[in-house]
Amino acid sequence: MDKKSNQTDQARRRFFGQVAAVASLTVAPGVILQQVAHARSPEEPASDKNRWGILINTNKCAEGCDACVTACQDEYGWGPNGPETRSSDLQKAQWIRKVKLTDKQTGHVQTLPLMCQHCEHPPCVDVCPTGASMKRADGIVLVDKHICIGCRYCMMACPYKARSFIHEELHDQKVNAPRGKGTVESCTLCVQRVDAGRQPACVEACPEQAMIFGDLKDPESAISRELRENGGEQIRADLGLNTGIRYQGL
Amino acid sequence: MTVGQLSRQCILAAGLLLALPALADETGPLAVVPKPRAEANPEFGCVRPEEDMRKHHMDYLMVHRDDTLRRGIRTRDFSLAECVNCHITPKPDGQYARFGEKEHFCSSCHTYAAVRIDCFECHRDTPDPEKVRETAQQNPHRGLAADSNHPAGIMPVSATVGEAR
Ligand code: HEC
Ligand code: HEC
Ligand code: HEC
Repeated sequence: MDKKSNQTDQARRRFFGQVAAVASLTVAPGVILQQVAHARSPEEPASDKNRWGILINTNKCAEGCDACVTACQDEYGWGPNGPETRSSDLQKAQWIRKVKLTDKQTGHVQTLPLMCQHCEHPPCVDVCPTGASMKRADGIVLVDKHICIGCRYCMMACPYKARSFIHEELHDQKVNAPRGKGTVESCTLCVQRVDAGRQPACVEACPEQAMIFGDLKDPESAISRELRENGGEQIRADLGLNTGIRYQGL
Repeated sequence: MTVGQLSRQCILAAGLLLALPALADETGPLAVVPKPRAEANPEFGCVRPEEDMRKHHMDYLMVHRDDTLRRGIRTRDFSLAECVNCHITPKPDGQYARFGEKEHFCSSCHTYAAVRIDCFECHRDTPDPEKVRETAQQNPHRGLAADSNHPAGIMPVSATVGEAR
């Protein structure tokens, strides 16, 4: 117990050290980031000039912290306080979850948030019989619930178990998250926030700033620079899906 | 004209009829179409002229939903969230009429014309209470654009029709 919290403290200290070191540098790029993330006008469609992604530093991701998960639940109205009352825990929506990895040999524990990885070659889109499972021009993978028939092939095809299915009638949904019985859903990378030039809710909520959101196609974005300098891995890179969500420190 | 087209014409005719309040007294139990709370446009009230909306709202909505979801176009005019924010029916108990109650705007005609829509199985059928109540005075036209961070910003409303809350 003590050991673990010690480790977290060390990780925190390392993190704050890094922050102090780069603080002066990030002022100018921060401004650039603002410009890059500037919202499109509402009538302009999403374009393939962008590809949105998140880089997650698992070293900064504290065990026991689920700020990203609760932020997502608050934003979209799923989870323990959501409208699903009759579904079992296994059936309930799961847009993002914390996963714990323990190295059996060393006992080293790591946690990380796992959600839709927004693949460039998404298996869920390949198997969808209606075209409901889709990838937007800017790389965001979505369910078009208007034509989803609830067959759940996509749930089975997803190697990350990122999708869930709504089993009961719902009322009082959030305005920004229409949800209803008989359709599949998953992380939308906060598409309506991204369209408005904002960051996803999980990224904004992370107390350790362990997540960087940005445009993978813009070499000057914070996420691209960090990936270039310090690298980042895909989960199950062997599948060749080219995910938009990348991890450091796995 | 196919049977489908014919019945479509009939239903439309029914829809158009109920919009004539003059007829309501003479012909009995026609649907009452609730008043919206705000005007999108001082010239024609709704986001498009009323006659056009009566006839074509379904087409506009269907096109807009694909534009928004699949292409990321987030203009306000045919946003379903925006329809629901203007076309509301406050009840004496402080709640808004739900879809399925005949006082709900989108149920009023449809109940009468026997049209069934599934939109509100997923979409919220009342305006977001937090957003509406806190800023209704400044802008009765709430919804996606209620988010001050949204690029669409806030639509100017020239006059407030119906009960402002
Ligand atoms: C800014 C407020 C506003 C918004 C947003 C809005 N409307 Fe309207 N709508 C009006 C007004 C005002 C009228 C005029 C009717 C009246 O005064 O009774 C109207 C009339 C209508 C009518 C005709 C009703 C009748 O009495 O026959 C229909 C149908 C309609 N709207 C559908 C929609 C749909 C569908 C949407 C969403 C795409 C929508 N409206 C969005 C304000 C709005
Ligand atoms: C199975 C669930 C579901 C049903 C049923 C459904 N929608 Fe949607 N709808 C969604 C989701 C999810 C979005 C995406 C929201 C976003 O990205 O902001 C959406 C977005 C929309 C949008 C764009 C956002 C907005 O508010 O303007 C429109 C318009 C729309 N739907 C219209 C309709 C209409 C009309 C119907 C009924 C014929 C309908 N929808 C039925 C789930 C549903
Ligand atoms: C003025 C009366 C009226 C009002 C108010 C009204 N509708 Fe309709 N709506 C109709 C009629 C009539 C039809 C059937 C037309 C047809 O079948 O071609 C229809 C059809 C539809 C359809 C297509 C249904 C289908 O299965 O093809 C949708 C979607 C729809 N309306 C959405 C809405 C929404 C959402 C609202 C509330 C914002 C609304 N309508 C308010 C009269 C109305």
